[in-house]
Amino acid sequence: MLDTRKEATTAVSVQGVSKVFGRGAHAVVALDKVSLEVQRGEFVCLVGASGCGKSTLLNLVAGLERPSVGTVTVGSDRTALLFQEAALFPWLTVGANVELALRLRDVARNERRDRAMELLDLVHLGDFFKHRPHELSGGMRQRVALARALAQEADVLLMDEPFGALDAMTRDILHDELERIWRERELSVLFVTHNVREAARLGDRVIVLTSRPGRVADEFTVDIERPRRIDSPPVSGLAARITDRLREEVASHGR
Amino acid sequence: MVVRGSTVVEAAQLEAEVAGLDALELAADDEPGRLARVWASLWPKLAAVVLFFGVWQLLVWTGWKEEYILPSPFTVMANFGSEASDSEFWDAIVRTMQRAVVGYALAVAVGSAIGAVVSRVSLLRRAVGSMITGLQTMPSIAWLPLAVVLFTLSERAIMFVVILGAAPSIANGLITGIDHVPPLLLRSGKMLGAGRLGLYRHVILPASLPAYVHGLKQGWAFAWRSLMAGELLVIVAGHPSIGTKLQYSRDFSDYPGLYSWMIVIFVLGVVADSLFGKVDSAIRRRWGLIDSAS
Repeated sequence: MLDTRKEATTAVSVQGVSKVFGRGAHAVVALDKVSLEVQRGEFVCLVGASGCGKSTLLNLVAGLERPSVGTVTVGSDRTALLFQEAALFPWLTVGANVELALRLRDVARNERRDRAMELLDLVHLGDFFKHRPHELSGGMRQRVALARALAQEADVLLMDEPFGALDAMTRDILHDELERIWRERELSVLFVTHNVREAARLGDRVIVLTSRPGRVADEFTVDIERPRRIDSPPVSGLAARITDRLREEVASHGR
Repeated sequence: MVVRGSTVVEAAQLEAEVAGLDALELAADDEPGRLARVWASLWPKLAAVVLFFGVWQLLVWTGWKEEYILPSPFTVMANFGSEASDSEFWDAIVRTMQRAVVGYALAVAVGSAIGAVVSRVSLLRRAVGSMITGLQTMPSIAWLPLAVVLFTLSERAIMFVVILGAAPSIANGLITGIDHVPPLLLRSGKMLGAGRLGLYRHVILPASLPAYVHGLKQGWAFAWRSLMAGELLVIVAGHPSIGTKLQYSRDFSDYPGLYSWMIVIFVLGVVADSLFGKVDSAIRRRWGLIDSAS
């Protein structure tokens, strides 16, 4: 009884997952018995230093790789993965990039254009339908990537440092945009970042991973009312606590 | 649900901020007019032509060679004019261009097929990948004796060297393109739900286009060279062509004719090359691989 209810509310479930690359003496353990869950509609941030296997974990959840041990369950077959770079196809217009995602989801040809336009409007880029990706700024490209992810009708969004390459001002505005769309579309988000403030700004929960191998070190629940600002005292305060925890973890590697 | 009075205002403000940031980040570009652009790219070329004829005329005036061997550009141009009014002049050009187009088309077919197969089968590519690059370095004129042995003095002998000259570059272009598809785009395509075939159609083939076009361009240059070499040496009776005309001009000491035909070869080469260049740069511009300023 309890289990069925859990099934219904869990978007992503990672249970005792380990991932080993290579074999024998050269084997590298990227993830070691990691367990975590993302509830439906929840925004979970993963932070960790280099080598914590953040990207590997996202690849596993996205189904691009298989775990060596353990299980990954995703409550929906519609997951989208966003990278640090927008990874738009340069030979297609902005609109066609979104349309391709619809096409690969078998959306009828006559519907694609309107749907793509709708999604671009959602990220405030309706006027750029016919532009080429290179004509847009980095932040705008990331928003197109977001529109493309939504075109997959994804309800689970996996984000791999998506704002890492953007300047602070653009990132700040994109946080607001992402938060708005997350709420409007009731998405479940697993967001990887090494920016602790960003994690405190966006997440319902922040999970801290250890490095080499990646393990869950700690978990913080973010009890700060939205809308939040990245420079507000509660967000900074929590960020400081998470940073301390991360530093502790990093220092243990020097010993 | 509690509706905060500020939510609507906040949303509007966010929208304004987003729009403002977008406007600031897109640099304003004021392009010069079309005519100005054409002129800007045209006049250096015209200047180069004038300079070329000027140096030529100077060389004639120094009396370095007798006038019948090195005639002035005006004599050559007059000869060019009278040649051009002869129907055989155009027949020769048409025949050569036909050979060029047919040979090149075959080379594109052969080169693309080889490129596609080799890039997919890894064993094959380890075996013949470097051989294709090796073939590229082989001067096409070195194939001619074999071509004549295999096909005698015939159209087929010429086709043979044209295809062998051009196909390796084309195959190589395609292989390079497929090899260098950015892994990020492949990942992106997979995440969008593209299967094996879909990945080929929507990601790998379009992504390899610039390298392929580069290979096509290089292939054309090789095809043209091979064709000229072939036409000079493989003279098919009753089939006048640019190459045979050039050869006959020398044989019959018609030096103004010799220069005229060289100019024809040069001009045709430049025109074809600039066509390929246009396609190449159009693709690169579309993709944002070159600055719109350049």
